[in-house]
Amino acid sequence: MTPIPMLLGGLPLAVAGLDYGGLGRALLPEAALVAGALAVLGVDIAFLRRAKSALRLRAAAAIAAAAVAAALLLCLRTGAAGEVFGGVLVLDSLATATRAALLFLTLVVLGVSTGAAVPRRSAEYCAIILFATAGFTLMAAAQQLLLAFLALELASLSLYILAGFDLSRPESAEAAMKYFLLGALSSAFLLFGFSLIYGLTGTIDLAQIAIVLARQGPSPLLTVALVMVLVAFGFKAAAAPFHLWAPDVYEGAPAPSAALIASGSKLAGLVLFTRLLWPGLGAVAGEISTAHVGAGWLPVLAVLSGASLLLGNLAALVQTSLRRLLAYSAIAHAGALLLGVIAVGSSGPGPVFYYAATYGLATAGAFGIVGVLERTGGSLQVRDLAGLSRRAPLLAGCLLIFILSLAGVPPLAGFFGKFAVFAAALRMGGVAGPAGWLAVAAILLSTVGLYYYLIVVKQAFVAPAPANQGRIAVSPVALATLAAAAAATIILGIFPSLLLGLF
Amino acid sequence: MSLLPWTIYLSIAGALASLAAGRRSATAARWVALATAVAAWGVVLAAAAGFSPSAVPQTLVDLDWIPSMGGRYHLAADGISMTLLVLTGLAATAGILFSWNIGERTGEFFAFYLTLIAGVYGVFLSADALLFFVFYELAIVPKYFLIAIWGSTNREYGAMKLALYSFAGSALVLAGLLWAYAAGGAHSFALPDLAAAAAGFPAGRQVAMFALVFFGFAVLAGLFPFHTWAPTGHVAAPTGASMLLAGVVMKLGAYGCLRVAMPLFPAGLAFWQPAIGWLAVAGILYAGLVALVQDDCKFVIGYSSVSHMGFVMLGLAAANPRAVAGAVLQMFSHGVIAGLLFAVVGRMVYDRTHTRRLEDLRLLPLYRLLPFGATVFAVAGLASMGFPGFSGFPAELSILVGAWQASPLWAAAAALGVLIAAAFTLRVVQLTFFGGAGDGETTVRSAALPPITWPERAGGILLICAAVVIGLKPDLLLNWIVPSLQSPLFRAVIKGGGP
Repeated sequence: MTPIPMLLGGLPLAVAGLDYGGLGRALLPEAALVAGALAVLGVDIAFLRRAKSALRLRAAAAIAAAAVAAALLLCLRTGAAGEVFGGVLVLDSLATATRAALLFLTLVVLGVSTGAAVPRRSAEYCAIILFATAGFTLMAAAQQLLLAFLALELASLSLYILAGFDLSRPESAEAAMKYFLLGALSSAFLLFGFSLIYGLTGTIDLAQIAIVLARQGPSPLLTVALVMVLVAFGFKAAAAPFHLWAPDVYEGAPAPSAALIASGSKLAGLVLFTRLLWPGLGAVAGEISTAHVGAGWLPVLAVLSGASLLLGNLAALVQTSLRRLLAYSAIAHAGALLLGVIAVGSSGPGPVFYYAATYGLATAGAFGIVGVLERTGGSLQVRDLAGLSRRAPLLAGCLLIFILSLAGVPPLAGFFGKFAVFAAALRMGGVAGPAGWLAVAAILLSTVGLYYYLIVVKQAFVAPAPANQGRIAVSPVALATLAAAAAATIILGIFPSLLLGLF
Repeated sequence: MSLLPWTIYLSIAGALASLAAGRRSATAARWVALATAVAAWGVVLAAAAGFSPSAVPQTLVDLDWIPSMGGRYHLAADGISMTLLVLTGLAATAGILFSWNIGERTGEFFAFYLTLIAGVYGVFLSADALLFFVFYELAIVPKYFLIAIWGSTNREYGAMKLALYSFAGSALVLAGLLWAYAAGGAHSFALPDLAAAAAGFPAGRQVAMFALVFFGFAVLAGLFPFHTWAPTGHVAAPTGASMLLAGVVMKLGAYGCLRVAMPLFPAGLAFWQPAIGWLAVAGILYAGLVALVQDDCKFVIGYSSVSHMGFVMLGLAAANPRAVAGAVLQMFSHGVIAGLLFAVVGRMVYDRTHTRRLEDLRLLPLYRLLPFGATVFAVAGLASMGFPGFSGFPAELSILVGAWQASPLWAAAAALGVLIAAAFTLRVVQLTFFGGAGDGETTVRSAALPPITWPERAGGILLICAAVVIGLKPDLLLNWIVPSLQSPLFRAVIKGGGP
């Protein structure tokens, strides 16, 4: 049986002599985010209660953006400080890069929300975005089951609220309800899995878990725990067959919320589960680099990846709503991202991080454009984009870049994400096993992807504008944000080493 | 020579500049585009003047690009690249001259056009497989927009078909290249490194990798039976884009086959050689016969492109120095001649008469109404048939002789293809320009045809001069091409005596 000291070893508060100063420094970005959220709420309630809603939104977004920028600076200044507080958190290059990317994505979301139809109570909206971001950045660094779960819940609960924020549209409430019910279910699965792992290994510290598991080897109970964890991961990543919430949530939630759910939440979740699976549960990963599959979580992940690639790409073909199209394409991308997680074993986390970060950038931009265009009308259909290149040339240019990046056309960032992930997967043994087969399948399926992405840009650039519609007025801040995101997509594509070189 | 990379940068800058100029006036955008194309071509010609042929490509730039993956920004040029760079500059300039009448969204048109040109220059200069692929794909998306926005008949269908075929082909290429890269473990995309790694693979793996990469590229080269995007795409495209498609974009595919697929996997080539040769022959004959019965004169030219590209693929399949040198020469020659043919039927005839049906055109006395067009078309037709004195003659002759060395049956069948080409070319020339009965009604309707403009004259003369100069003195290019085939990379695949 597990000795008692080891049982307590993972619980930090029971151990004396920890470096609280180091913990404080490591959490400065989160502190800035929370302080910013409180400032947003405070300023709004103290000074702006009678102001116009546009002003309230702008003030809230500005304060929130300042807080995120401060957090970004603090995060970059702290840098890769190594393990913090006895290994509860780790600030390695992956954590630092992920936190910085998450904060940048939040800046994009805040920027576009000033041009989108954000519902009333905009201060609360911005504050909750900041809380969600604090959850994300903690997820990126968590190295202990309890903290990981708490960070995930902080982020998830914030996202449920963000999804249902638009009280004027029943779709928003529906999205929030679906997201909440399925999300709560997956959290329950995750917690159950965590508790089984704790019961088996007697620790909640990932490094300790790895040591114990390497000694214990697989057991039936561990299989149950793995299944639970993978279900939760599949939900978080919107991978088939746990994707059912995604189209409805992406369609119903306010556009900036959808942007955050599709970008930041996905990146943070991927990094969290990558840490959990490889450093923590790597001993029971199994083997899929040859046709002789070894039992473990890798084969399961491979099945989820293949199912997502197939289902996402095929279902996206028949969508007429732009949001649903982006949702199904997100499922297809989840398949590629899971392949990236699989390939972490051979090539490290660089490829999957690059993929998730650049995908998040492009998809946040695309949802930002959806938000800007929906200001004037209801749910955006693909055909509503007709004539966009003449009605709003700059917006159409940004859309072109985001969509082509999602399609994986070089020299945009999306291509190099796919390229790095597929190369890493093929490096696991060529086409001798499921990892390589998945990579080849994903490459070929990207042709299917190009079709539905081209349909979108075709509407924007080829189809004539409807007769009675003139130019679209776009808020300058939102437009500048989108242009910055598009420029980042191009620059990260031409110089992929800016991110890939970090690892 | 060291300025050659500026062809890429100039084209990108020109694309942005013409986009900006187009917001002011269409004329400004045209002149910006023309100036860019001429400047880039000038860079190429200046480099060509000082070019001394060598076996190994001469490095122009070599920088670390993606160290974690082994990708380098490595541009280099040898005689084959130089030949195709000259063609690209020529085709780009002529294409802009024949797009002078684009009046709608002119700035955007030339922005897409020059982006495509930048990708093409990049492909011909790349010495690193990853970089090659990036430029190769850069050329796909602009084609889609050029056709879908400014095209004619069935344009959205033709554009989407072309984009999907190209993308599917490049997906195959990517799968093959990544597989070779990952399996070799060399951590480099430099072609010599990939070839060295691939030499250690078992033959079966080389055969599979070669199939992925070669047939992926062959889609864009219009190899039968992957050619079906070409006629519909060519017909749907606006004139300038058709000229680029046939003139240089199809060459990207053939160039990829020659530069990447063949040197990397010699064992794969040995296995697939007969199949490629017969597919090429089938393409020559099939496309020629289809061209013979078309009623739309642009479809005739579209299928003739497939047929002529079949000669290129046949030259590659024969894989001896004479045939491969002929194939590269044919890439140049077809680029010029196909451009000329598309210019006449698309710009000079269709934009004036608004019909491309041979049934209608034969009723018009076009040789009297458009004497310049008739002359150019007749000359281009002769060149296309492989008439001595034009560039098609030395190219096809040396492919046929080389193919004979590889397999007399191929040469015999391809020679039949030359006869078919003569038949469909004479038919289209006669029905388009010289069918005119000159009866009263059609003469009245056609009397109002606008005269040939100066850009059309300039472009036509430019292309004819190129076809004649290379036809009379093919050594200008062969002296570049032949030494390049001695490079260590080609030694394992291109066998046999000198040409």
